[in-house]
Amino acid sequence: MEVVDSSTDEALLARAREGQFAAFQSLVDRYQRRVYGLAWRITRHAADAEDVTQQTFLSLIENLTAFRGVSAAGWILRIATNHALKVLRRRRSQPHVSWSETDANDSYSTLPHPDFIADWQAPPEVLVQRQETRQAIEAALEELDDKYRVVFILRDIEELSVRETAEALDISEANVKVRLLRARLMLRERLVREFGDEATRVFPDHRHD
Amino acid sequence: MTCEELLQALNEYVDGTLDLSAAECQQFAQHLAGCNPCQLVVDNIRGTIQLFRAGEPFPLPVEFQQRLQLNLQQRWAEKFGVGESAEVR
Repeated sequence: MEVVDSSTDEALLARAREGQFAAFQSLVDRYQRRVYGLAWRITRHAADAEDVTQQTFLSLIENLTAFRGVSAAGWILRIATNHALKVLRRRRSQPHVSWSETDANDSYSTLPHPDFIADWQAPPEVLVQRQETRQAIEAALEELDDKYRVVFILRDIEELSVRETAEALDISEANVKVRLLRARLMLRERLVREFGDEATRVFPDHRHD
Repeated sequence: MTCEELLQALNEYVDGTLDLSAAECQQFAQHLAGCNPCQLVVDNIRGTIQLFRAGEPFPLPVEFQQRLQLNLQQRWAEKFGVGESAEVR
């Protein structure tokens, strides 16, 4: 049974630190869905998402007294991200470009240019009601390289700040920004190709200022 | 401002961060007013984010939620002694 507690996250954390399990439980109730969704989107695997969710809240118990940050949400999601990234690292048997390494694509000079530019077939709030759209957006996200996917998840889906995202991933804020822009542009291209209204398609005119 | 410059400043504009000066914001808006493709790209980016923020695509399995709660209670009891909610069981 979930007990609704209207206290702020930080008040719940303070009470949990005093040893009140009920306060901790309220925090779990508040964040378990978000942590699970975050873990699912990063690991793309239900069992891993469950492991990450459990590890996250166990870590929270272990580190209750260590919390010094401003936002409990940021702290919890950061712990969850760390656990989810560990799964990704463990899974990789082939060494390839790490999500935390910088490469030539981490600059603004090679941004992917919008090609299919059109209005949506229907407003996004209508599109998202359809099962096929929900499947398509998750498939599009899955196609992104980890380094872009994870930044998009933290920044745009979980709404962490640029700084919180940078700290969670141990990359610079500048890197967060450029990776987010690439992720947004790639997802936009893919989704508008699928859910854009061909009749409204326009072509970029780079001649004007 | 050119389309290319607009593309580079897209995040700051969409997110409404303070990284853009008032003058840059005005240049951005001016470009948008005269450039339908860029208007659509900005609208598309906002829509893309909106699509991902809606709904709860990965519902928490009930069986897992129950297991999680038991495991957390157990760990809590080991670390802090029996929590008050543990007595509810």
